[in-house]
Amino acid sequence: MGVGFTLAPRLALAQAEPARERPREGDLLVAVGATGAPEPLKPDDLALGSKQMFAWPIDPESNTVRDGSRLNRILLLRLDPESLDPVTKERAAEGAVAYSAICTHTGCDVIGWHADSQHLECPCHYSQYDPKAAAKVVSGPAPRPLPALPLRIADGRLVVAKPFTGRAGFQQV
Amino acid sequence: MPEKHCLHATIAASALALALSAATASAQQPLPPPPTPETPRPVPPILQGYKPVTAERLKQPEDSDWLLYRRTYDGWGYSPLSQITTENVGRLKPVWTLQTGQIEGHQAPPIVNNGVMFVATPGNQVLAIDAKKGDLLWRFKRPIPEDILLLHPTSRGVGLLGDKVYFAAADAVLVALDAKTGKELWNAKVEDYTHGYYMSLAPLVADGKVMVGCSGGELGVRGFVAAFDAETGKPLWKTYTVPAPGEQGSETWPKGDQWKTGGGSVWITGAYDPTTNLAFWGTGNGGPWMGDQRPGDNLFTSSTIALDASTGNIKGYHQYHPNDSWDWDEVNPPILVDYQRDGRTVKGLVYVARDGYLWMLERTADKINFVDGKPFVKQNVFKGLDPKTGRPDVDPARQPGTGKKAEFCPSLWGGKDWPPAAYSPKTRLLYIPANDNLCGALMGDPVTYTPGQRFTGIAPANSIFSIAPGADHIGELQAWNLDTGQKVWSHPFANSQLWGPVLATAGGVLFMGGTNDRYFRAFDASSGKILWEFRTGSGVNGVPVSFQVDGKQYIAVQSGWGVDAARMQARLNLERPWEFPEVPQGGSVWVFSVD
Repeated sequence: MGVGFTLAPRLALAQAEPARERPREGDLLVAVGATGAPEPLKPDDLALGSKQMFAWPIDPESNTVRDGSRLNRILLLRLDPESLDPVTKERAAEGAVAYSAICTHTGCDVIGWHADSQHLECPCHYSQYDPKAAAKVVSGPAPRPLPALPLRIADGRLVVAKPFTGRAGFQQV
Repeated sequence: MPEKHCLHATIAASALALALSAATASAQQPLPPPPTPETPRPVPPILQGYKPVTAERLKQPEDSDWLLYRRTYDGWGYSPLSQITTENVGRLKPVWTLQTGQIEGHQAPPIVNNGVMFVATPGNQVLAIDAKKGDLLWRFKRPIPEDILLLHPTSRGVGLLGDKVYFAAADAVLVALDAKTGKELWNAKVEDYTHGYYMSLAPLVADGKVMVGCSGGELGVRGFVAAFDAETGKPLWKTYTVPAPGEQGSETWPKGDQWKTGGGSVWITGAYDPTTNLAFWGTGNGGPWMGDQRPGDNLFTSSTIALDASTGNIKGYHQYHPNDSWDWDEVNPPILVDYQRDGRTVKGLVYVARDGYLWMLERTADKINFVDGKPFVKQNVFKGLDPKTGRPDVDPARQPGTGKKAEFCPSLWGGKDWPPAAYSPKTRLLYIPANDNLCGALMGDPVTYTPGQRFTGIAPANSIFSIAPGADHIGELQAWNLDTGQKVWSHPFANSQLWGPVLATAGGVLFMGGTNDRYFRAFDASSGKILWEFRTGSGVNGVPVSFQVDGKQYIAVQSGWGVDAARMQARLNLERPWEFPEVPQGGSVWVFSVD
């Protein structure tokens, strides 16, 4: 009884902010800035080889969009599955790959895209990442790759297969 | 069964260890601090005898101290100490060094009060150090929220009054510390970091107040200077650098709600004139970056504003260039110094602008007047200045816009960025850490505002950086005579940009780092000749200072390359591959003297 009493407030606190929790296995994805009822994304919502789009995870049980923390911003790309390295291929679903959208250097959103080299670029200090190779850093000051978000397909929709492979966010200085 | 139990426990323990190590590896977070005894640390004798900082001492500091960002309110960056001279500086040697434990740009001056040094570093950290011996007296560290968007992870120093140390924390909170213990006495929220506001400047302590402003010009902020009661932290006034409808200057924002996200960030400590009680602050460029997305002159962006310290009212201003489209923040305050012009003494403001012009202005109790201006680096945007108002005649071909690419010099980092210039009353020369021969091009895209998100309207591919053809140098330390308005000497750096704040001293010696070769140097203030140099572990971006303890003069500076100096290095390395390799990071404090 005593234990339950002391645990309850903590549990309530954690549950109070599901929108701030990092993406969980089974979450679906919805486009950032989408209006109206959340429409879970499908692989075909991503054009092959096009610039990244941005998404939030959504809890399919409660329909809570996890937009309470900018560290939940996810970038999505669709790439030729044959171009992916083995680790990335394992995490991809029909060529769709997902990474944290937050640069690991100072935390800017990684909005740049080089169509020729197929590299992602952060606009703040020009760190570049290779999304075909687990978002490894190919140039610039970023200290580590973008954490990946492994995907799978269920009912034709993109589903989070596992949590982020690393901590989303920048290096705390 | 004991064995089974034991086995389970072992498996559980290994699983836990594995989980912990996995968590540690993926989190890449710094190690937690070592456990400390529960008994409070005794206050060291040097802090037991801490000398309170009074309003009078801030106005008239002892020669031995460095109590303000530029030592004095007029912003000279000049020490009257003269034991270290052009003759003996060649024998300058390190006395002690101390690692800060942080990476990124270490830009703050070591602030020194009667032998106690306070150093602000990246990572929301303040260190108190015995300035003579190098003993670490206390360390304050405030956690930085994990979801902050911190484009410029640095701090430019602390402010002092009484027994308090004021620190502008990155997460837009003003913190007052007990100088004797490093314990937090109070904190005051300045703005909401989740909406793009963050802080990096040293607070300005004047008129019993602590004044601060916020960075975030890339994130759709509306700039301001805010004042807090120095004793209690109570907010006193807040003056926006972008006016709301009906306020002074609002006619220069004719289009709807653009003023709400209009930029004009404030991220360098202001200067102050005690005789008029005016604080002079510089403001950043407008937001988003392309001027055609916010028609009008956009007061008071890219300006100097004079604020009445008692009320915060804007008593005067000078806008260097209206409707900025080049990312030219004009955030340094002007230097307060009188100079000769056409046979009369001008009560002057001297400002070295990011737009590549050296501006000579006049300060009065209720107005700032234009006197003259001229370029100090390659500048191809202004065709000239209006002789009465100083308003530049902008070449439209050099003004980028939405869907319109334009090339221009200097680059978006300007002829001089944040590193402060210095002035010596002995030589009557102004010393400018300039970057010459750098150009760029920008082109904008339409952009919609989302709180806390980037709001420049510039795609990375549409921000181009270049070295002017035939350039024989980039960085350049320049000396200008204020009375003649002429450049007297310059020291070029052929293979480096210059991000080095300047210290002038009465011994006729200047000190400056800022180059990518990690050197900290001494120059002859009269000729620009290098008299001494010393290579530190990282590039020296800190503001150098001089102080005296027990009758001996010292020079102090932080080494620690990062932020824009590092960012420019990366761009230069793309222009001239492998001529500008990475500069190692990692901060340290250095103190030098002559035996």
